[in-house]
Amino acid sequence: MAQQITEQPYKNWRLERDDHDIAWLYADKAEASANVLSADVLEELYEILSQLQRDRPQGLIILSAKRSGFILGADINEFTTLGGQADAEALIGRGQAVLDRLEALDMPTVALIQGFALGGGMELALACRYRIADEDSAKLGLPEVKLGIHPGFGGTVRLPPLIGAPAAMDMMLTGRMISSRAAAKMGLVDYAVPERRLKDAAKHLVLQSPVPKKAKGWQAWVNHDLLRPLMAMYLRKQVSGKARKDHYPAPYAMIDLWAEHMSDPRRMMREEAASVARLVIGDTAQNLVRVFFLQERMKALGNKRDLDVKHVHVIGGGVMGGDIAAWCALRGLTVTIQDRNHETLARVMKRAHSLYKKKLKLPRLVMGVMDRLIPDIHGHGVAKADVVIEAIFENIEAKQGLYKEVEPRMKPGAILATNTSSIPLEVLREVLAQPTRLVGLHFFNPVAKMQLVEIVRNDDTDAEVVKQAMAFCRHIDRLPLPVKSAPGFLVNRVLMPYLLEAVHLVEEGVPAWAVDKAALDFGMPMGPIELADTVGLDICQSVATILSQQLNVEVPQRLKQMVDSGKLGRKSGQGFYSYADGKKVKQEIDKEYVPPRDITDRMMFRFLNEAMACLREGIVEEADLLDGGVIFGTGFAPFRGGPMHYIQERGRDDLRRTLENLEHNHGGRFKPDRGWYDGND
Amino acid sequence: MAATRSKQRPVFVVDGARTPFLKAGGKPNAFRASDLAVAAGRQLLLRHAIDPSVFDEVILGCVMPGPDEANIGRVVALRLGCGKGVPAWTVQRNCASGMQALDNAFRNIADGRSELVLAGGVESMSHAPVLLNEDMVGWLADWSRCKTFGQKAKAVGQLRGGHFKPIIGLLRGLTDPVVGLSMGQTAEILAQRFGIDREMMDAYAMQSHKRLAKAQDEGYLSEIEAIYDTRGTVYDQDNGLRRDTDMASLAKLKPVFDRHFGLVTAGNSAQVTDGAAMLILASEEAVQKHNLPVLGRILDSQWAGLEPSQMGLGPVHAMTPLLDRLSWKLDKVDYWEINEAFATQVLACVEAWKDQDYCSNELGLKKVMGEIDPATLNVDGGGVSIGHPVGASGARIVLHLLHVLKRTNGKRGVASLCIGGGQGGAMAVERE
Repeated sequence: MAQQITEQPYKNWRLERDDHDIAWLYADKAEASANVLSADVLEELYEILSQLQRDRPQGLIILSAKRSGFILGADINEFTTLGGQADAEALIGRGQAVLDRLEALDMPTVALIQGFALGGGMELALACRYRIADEDSAKLGLPEVKLGIHPGFGGTVRLPPLIGAPAAMDMMLTGRMISSRAAAKMGLVDYAVPERRLKDAAKHLVLQSPVPKKAKGWQAWVNHDLLRPLMAMYLRKQVSGKARKDHYPAPYAMIDLWAEHMSDPRRMMREEAASVARLVIGDTAQNLVRVFFLQERMKALGNKRDLDVKHVHVIGGGVMGGDIAAWCALRGLTVTIQDRNHETLARVMKRAHSLYKKKLKLPRLVMGVMDRLIPDIHGHGVAKADVVIEAIFENIEAKQGLYKEVEPRMKPGAILATNTSSIPLEVLREVLAQPTRLVGLHFFNPVAKMQLVEIVRNDDTDAEVVKQAMAFCRHIDRLPLPVKSAPGFLVNRVLMPYLLEAVHLVEEGVPAWAVDKAALDFGMPMGPIELADTVGLDICQSVATILSQQLNVEVPQRLKQMVDSGKLGRKSGQGFYSYADGKKVKQEIDKEYVPPRDITDRMMFRFLNEAMACLREGIVEEADLLDGGVIFGTGFAPFRGGPMHYIQERGRDDLRRTLENLEHNHGGRFKPDRGWYDGND
Repeated sequence: MAATRSKQRPVFVVDGARTPFLKAGGKPNAFRASDLAVAAGRQLLLRHAIDPSVFDEVILGCVMPGPDEANIGRVVALRLGCGKGVPAWTVQRNCASGMQALDNAFRNIADGRSELVLAGGVESMSHAPVLLNEDMVGWLADWSRCKTFGQKAKAVGQLRGGHFKPIIGLLRGLTDPVVGLSMGQTAEILAQRFGIDREMMDAYAMQSHKRLAKAQDEGYLSEIEAIYDTRGTVYDQDNGLRRDTDMASLAKLKPVFDRHFGLVTAGNSAQVTDGAAMLILASEEAVQKHNLPVLGRILDSQWAGLEPSQMGLGPVHAMTPLLDRLSWKLDKVDYWEINEAFATQVLACVEAWKDQDYCSNELGLKKVMGEIDPATLNVDGGGVSIGHPVGASGARIVLHLLHVLKRTNGKRGVASLCIGGGQGGAMAVERE
């Protein structure tokens, strides 16, 4: 293939013409490792398309020159500097115009997709006449909804007619990633082909120019005027089960847009731009964008190059230990999981297998990961591991005894980590020959879902080890957050007062469902009472007791009574709620019931107050990291941007006064932390 | 011949591990053959400070790999993380495939072609293929050419019950295609030839179970590593053991090979099982270089052929020249493992060496070989109680023999198997 006729040079694109007179346009954003559609990239594309319109090649094939994939989407940085609705609408309108020009080219156009084609990148591909995907690497999606907006470069207009409304709406409402094979099956791409045939396939489409794909049958009919209102009702109902309109307006806006305008694509384009503009300048989107950048920031805390890790040894096959082991194997490491009990190891293998089946689907891939996850009753793996993680039950003597036995057998330079949630490192490490090597890797349950790992360290913990622990988190695709070794670290510490306040409310006679509803209305992912049941009331009690020794926390009597009578929550079938087969039994809700006016404040202000205390005490280094940790560790309402951000937005002094009122009404547990009065910046 | 052998390099067994042997009871067990070999192999590798990529080769014995396990040796090597650069192959000598793998590893190391080899045997008899018969295959070929509804309807009309009769791979595999006898029938021939009656073979079978029970209770089977399926079940012992076996219950079983009037029953035959055994073999240099322990040494091996209808006597044909070459008298051997394909076949081997007629006419000896002390033969049970996953047993008996020598401070041992098709294999081991 001869593709050497280089035409005029662009900064972010490379245009070549082959001997079939086909134009090959490589996306290659200057000084970046990945392609995004920033304003300058779009401007150049517009120029190039105008030129192609004049030059009239046989066809146009758009592909990426980056190893990182096709195009990741719009430049999210631009979202943070928007002036207002008009400014936003202008920016989006410009993007739409560029893709309209691409769509209007009167020659076959092909998007050749390797790696990620997301958001604006996917929308660019949709504006082409054909799409080809690498069957191994391509991942396609319109994840805008996760940032509180919806597609804005014509995606909502072009996708439903291409793959039908049900599939299109599902893809945009969930923001989920679609594999190449699934994309071919649903008509999102014309072909999924192996890498070695990608260019042949693209050329074939240009030269043969077949009739472009379109949704057929009932998939297409649902786009019809008569059926859309019905389908929209159904979709709104589906969405309302996942996200509330006042918290997350984007999915509702997307459904409205489609229901009202699908029959008029020109108009729909304009409405799409207006709708995205409205959303993007709103609080939800701005906070979700903030969370996105917090996540990027936490990722950057760990550098994979600081640690060479192939083998992880996990000791303790309980739910946490087993799930940590299973996760590490899924991320490509060789893992030995040690436990004294064969049945425990068997349960680990079973849970791991069902996780892998869900995540990997193909039996060949599942087998590959299962082969890397090695049950190790004798503990031989200690001597071979680069990282040893202890996750046995919370008992000082047991852990110390284990360390004494394990430390001398470890490879020199290997990391020794504990998953303890309540025992201070300074106590555990007393028995070590090198005490400063012990670091905490505190995972959260369920490990496969919760991205945060608290990196627990003392002032004198070996700095190199802390760096390596953070690097380890990146190897297993988790977010590291360095925290001080102090009771509860960050996440359990801010959660516990909030949880206990919820129990106080129940003690005072407020129904559990009303307590949970108040928290859900605030935007928490799960009510505190159900959360306590899920974690286990015995565990809550023990963590609360440990915290109460050092902090301003009292453990409600109710908790002790329930634990004493064997009501331990979900696992025992009875806690604050009843459970059958691990599922909550539906209970009667008294619609007339009016909860106390300050119910939400009582719970959330204890949360915020403890967050403030953690920041003042330096448990976490700064406010942004605290927000990130709390969001990824507790699920704290992401659309509110994190507790410290929330305090700042609402006005610190106003909130402090509310807290002082609560103290006046309910007592010392609401005493504002000193941090509320410190340096009014 | 003996002179050239002595020039060769010594070969050491570093260590070995096996899975529990699991009874095959109708439905396929949870593990395919490669799953079993990987389960045993990865535990073995975990014990030693060597990277799986340092092996010169991986050799695996297996009679009936699954349809996704062509060259199962390579499949297992890759799944164990040996990496693309370690060549791997599969050997098949029926019931001695596992010993064949060890023999190839032994010879390559002795010759200086290899330093460190992972070798063993595996069989998942519960996953033995069930095949379509040739009529059905022909019908399917026609069907795939049918285009119109009429053609298809006609083709369906041609289907007969006989088309659906499957071929049970396991039964075919256990039948000698040349002489047309099942393995059990060859055992009946030996019983008749040496006058071994039902009571003798049942008594031997009972002893096999009692010995295995004792070995389990005393913890003699430390080479076993537990295996875990994906449904939360753990297997940590051979599950074919029947602790309550007695003469009365054995006597109730009906003969299965010579129906009605035969003597060989399911109770006094090896159990159809799944299992794997893996060993690390090394040269002296490799032992030193990687600082490896030594379990024992393989001294020599021998293969022999005989009348297929009397395949059960294979061990005496292989062991006789082996002992001759080593100048070992019977009493010089501390322990013996003769694979229990059938109780009567092990008894026949013992009888043959005591039989003047057999020793002179069939083995070309001037005198009888003598008698193996029953207290030194299959001391911890055998195929009748443990099971006989055909490709794995050869590796199991060599590994276990070394463990017996270690436990008893014994020095010399001989392991041997009879082989369907009329062969025998034997291997001599020694501990310093």
